[in-house]
Amino acid sequence: MAEAPPLFAAEDLARSFDVSRPLLQRLLAGEGRRRLRAVDGVTFAIPRGSTLSLVGESGCGKSTVARLAVGLYAPSRGQVRFDGVALAEARHDPRQRRRMQMIFQDPYASLNPRWRVGDIIAEPLTAFGLLPTAAARRDRVGALLAQVGLTSADGEKFPHEFSGGQRQRISIARALSSNPEFLVCDEPTSALDVSVQAQILNLMQDLQRSLGLTYLFISHNLAVVRQVSDRIGVMYLGRIVELAASETLFRRPRHPYTRALLAAIPDLDMTGRTRIPVGGEVPSPIDPPTGCAFHPRCPLANDRCRAVAPASLPPPDAPGTLVACHAVEEGREAD
Amino acid sequence: MAAPLLEVRDLRVEFPSRRGTLTALDGISFAIAPGEVLGMVGESGAGKSMTGAAVIGLLEPPGRIAGGEIRLAGERIDNLPYERLRRLRGKRIGAIFQDPLTTLNPLYSVGRQLSETMLTHLPISPAEARRRAIGWLEQVGIPAAARRIDSYPHEFSGGMRQRVVIALALCAEPDLVIADEPTTALDVSIQAQVIALLKRLAREQGTAMLLITHDMGVIAETADRVAVMYAGRIVEIGPVRDVVKAPRHPYSAGLMAAIPPLAARIERLAQIEGAMPRLAAIPPGCAFNPRCPQVFARCRDARPVLRPAGASQAACWLYDDPAGGGVHG
Repeated sequence: MAEAPPLFAAEDLARSFDVSRPLLQRLLAGEGRRRLRAVDGVTFAIPRGSTLSLVGESGCGKSTVARLAVGLYAPSRGQVRFDGVALAEARHDPRQRRRMQMIFQDPYASLNPRWRVGDIIAEPLTAFGLLPTAAARRDRVGALLAQVGLTSADGEKFPHEFSGGQRQRISIARALSSNPEFLVCDEPTSALDVSVQAQILNLMQDLQRSLGLTYLFISHNLAVVRQVSDRIGVMYLGRIVELAASETLFRRPRHPYTRALLAAIPDLDMTGRTRIPVGGEVPSPIDPPTGCAFHPRCPLANDRCRAVAPASLPPPDAPGTLVACHAVEEGREAD
Repeated sequence: MAAPLLEVRDLRVEFPSRRGTLTALDGISFAIAPGEVLGMVGESGAGKSMTGAAVIGLLEPPGRIAGGEIRLAGERIDNLPYERLRRLRGKRIGAIFQDPLTTLNPLYSVGRQLSETMLTHLPISPAEARRRAIGWLEQVGIPAAARRIDSYPHEFSGGMRQRVVIALALCAEPDLVIADEPTTALDVSIQAQVIALLKRLAREQGTAMLLITHDMGVIAETADRVAVMYAGRIVEIGPVRDVVKAPRHPYSAGLMAAIPPLAARIERLAQIEGAMPRLAAIPPGCAFNPRCPQVFARCRDARPVLRPAGASQAACWLYDDPAGGGVHG
């Protein structure tokens, strides 16, 4: 990891939200402010040209990390460094800002229905003042549409004339128009049917190869994540519980939560078999359990897990991996 | 096989519109035996949910059944007057929908909703209904059921609410359950719990189930047989293992290949080019022909019907030859 400096780095990133009730109700009930710790100390780096994915169940904080990564939220603690520069500074410089873009989950909500597709795709060009003449912008839009598998004639149409998969292609074309190097993709295929999902994932992979893009990929779907990632971070209640190279994570998951998650996924090979479900549910991030947040559901939990939050450490036999688990650290894993 | 509990024959659903009548479902035929789970898969807009809605008599107007018949234990139910159909729902057919919040009444406690459903359909006393309501909540795995019976839906988490919905669908002991995307709104770890529960209940109570979902993994794990839908038609139906492992119709084959495998990283996912046609623009012949990698002249002229293909049935001209062809590549 030490060769080239990473394009993107999150350093002890945290973000909490105030979810207190109104002041009068608080006074009447005699309760204090309540804070929801959506992201609580997340550290990872993405080398140029590679893909890091964050996976986890709803409420684990993965989408909040995506928004922190592009500066849509300001962190409560820690920072994001983009190409060595703190994001808080880079955000003020349009030349830095155009280097990062985001693709959202819902292609029905993320495209303005009153704008023609060509104008939607050209907007970043205009906003960053990248191409001065209308003719140059039109050519660029045509080229972008071709790049994502549409035709330049599609630029004259409105978003409602397209299917979900085509709309996601338009979102990608818009994200690419300012020639970014870093794309944050928040569940880009979750709203799509599987056959269309395959088209979009393949397109994203082709674009990464031809343009040398760096991706932060957010998904709840481990099978999708396996297809696109170089490294994977598994999140649970605002923390990364395991961070490993993709193949390592799937070949030998270490954290009990990662194992439970992998075991819970229905797979085509499962016909006739019954899986062992993970017991319980994700606790509330407003009132997280003490110690390790996973301990109430963990088969390996002991007194230390209930009292002390584990730090992210590399297991002795897997130096490239980070696992936040006392049981792994102490060698109490049952294989 | 035992006599089918639900039998759908040549079902056709139409939507009259200003630009002419749209055919949303065409020639849908299938049967489900007691205790059997039939999975129904397909992309959004293929007509899976509409098939479920037609069976349970909840088609959104102006949609209407324009042909074919639906029989429950031999009795026609597609032409029943509203009031008789209403009694049939709940008593003999239970329904589980995707979003538990829209199924549950937010103003009634879960115990009251369960008790009322049972009192409407079963000859039991209110005290017995309450006792059974607690029993059902325990069955579906709600901890401290006796204490939580008077809680309101908003006091439960998403996974717990979906369990309540399942209890509600099953408490009048229906013969048939229509489950439309019952786990889609849930996280994987909760999904596994709910599926295990549905499977166990279907087996123990001998309930027939129509399980509608776009998630092949859920189908592979839960269903006995699978029907694959495309553009309002069933293109393939057969035992789950055959449809998943040896799909016969080129569309089913494409669909299975497009699913990212969990077991390995593959260089490039298989993709079906193009998109499913809109109802107003279903091509003549086989609806899949413009996207089919194995299309030939006949596919564009004439519409194939379901024919035996291996252990399954497929609506594809490749299987016209009784000796049986195959999906190549």
